Amino acid sequence: MGRMRKLLIPGVDKQLLVKDATKLMPDLSRRRFIAGGASLGALTLLTGCDVTDSFSAESMLTQISKFNDAVQAKLFNPNTLAPTFPESAITRPFPFNAYYALDDAPTIDGKDWKLEVRGLVENKKSWTLEELYKLPQEKQITRHICVEGWSAIGSWTGVRLSHFLQLIGADTKAKYCWFQCADSDGYNSPLDMASALHPQTQMTFRFDNEILPRAYGYPMKIRVPTKLGFKNPKYVVSMEVTNDYKGGYWEDQGYNSFSGS
Amino acid sequence: MSSISADHSAAAPAAAKVIQPAWVRIVHWINAVAMVLMIMSGWQIYNASPLFDFTFSRSITLGGWLGGALQWHFAAMWLLMVNGLLYLTLGLVTGRFRRKLLPITVDGVVGDTKAALTGKLSHADLTTYNYVQKLLYAGIIVVGILIVLSGLAIWKPVQLQWLTAVFGGYDVARYVHFFCMAAIVGFLVIHVALALLVPKSLRAMIIGR
Repeated sequence: MGRMRKLLIPGVDKQLLVKDATKLMPDLSRRRFIAGGASLGALTLLTGCDVTDSFSAESMLTQISKFNDAVQAKLFNPNTLAPTFPESAITRPFPFNAYYALDDAPTIDGKDWKLEVRGLVENKKSWTLEELYKLPQEKQITRHICVEGWSAIGSWTGVRLSHFLQLIGADTKAKYCWFQCADSDGYNSPLDMASALHPQTQMTFRFDNEILPRAYGYPMKIRVPTKLGFKNPKYVVSMEVTNDYKGGYWEDQGYNSFSGS
Repeated sequence: MSSISADHSAAAPAAAKVIQPAWVRIVHWINAVAMVLMIMSGWQIYNASPLFDFTFSRSITLGGWLGGALQWHFAAMWLLMVNGLLYLTLGLVTGRFRRKLLPITVDGVVGDTKAALTGKLSHADLTTYNYVQKLLYAGIIVVGILIVLSGLAIWKPVQLQWLTAVFGGYDVARYVHFFCMAAIVGFLVIHVALALLVPKSLRAMIIGR
């Protein structure tokens, strides 16, 4: 209670005080973070907790997000399949979604494109689209769930990633498959090995029985129906099998890294 | 205030009676903090893909952007769930729920609602809940359970797909989650307003008597 009395200085406007405090923060995004939490500031005055140090609040949230990664990895059952749907359930048109407009999506010439394979694999040869198309493919109609909350059901056809990993002699005891993409700003995303080996995790070459359109990631996307949409990279150009956590485009900005469904 | 405490000492000659035991007060205030964090971060998450034709003003949301809001939401959920489970366990084990919230009869609720609306509902004895209180407190416990379950259904529609199916699928579960939030916010408005109208009830939830 003593602390509370100290914080409530008569004649001092709480909101102005918070505003002044945020002025001292150098980073614009940090400032936005604090501004968003201005009402949280008011809350801490009520409860008497000391969350005034924004850095500790941020690092606490990051720690809890890592804890949540571990919880989700435990919750993940490699034998649990994502629900599948009939053709009639497919969302048409399937939404295009990215951090850029469709016009700015990568335009890739399938003849020149090669999938580069790196890291803990026996055979590091690059794969042409023609070679990949020859591998056994299967179709799935599953729900794509975006981190934003919306969802859409799509039809994806391609090669099981687990089959490909076996083919290239990947060390499946490694921790991650790390994908890099052709998007501007270099999209990338790590996929934990357990999810990579899941039977529905797919190197996708077709959407709704047609060659994967540019909007959905031509020439190849990684479809992971046990993960949120941003963990399903499009326009993939390389895959690295690695034990190192190399971060990802959205993961680095604060989206939970495991993001399992 | 002095006349009220005089009434009390007349009724219960022993030292002033404990109305809210310590465990109730502790879980109540932890729940209050967790709920506010969940609701404010939830509003920011809602804004990323609104279900209806409106969004929440950023001045009342938490997290600043979707990623920050999700971090708050998935941190505060532990506080809400662990504290909530503790509350349910203690409420059942100590018999508090049975004693305080049951029975709830239709006649009782109708009668007390009429009394409340005509300003005749008495708050002289804070140890006993009237039927409107019983209904609201029991109802909000059910809503609290539903909001956690629908939240889990949205969070884990593959691993907990049976739960998502119970709610009628992923998209329906989002609406259930939203309406539970709306019910809790509605409850909160009435609850806080009444606590302020009957300050001794607020005092009881802080110092116990």
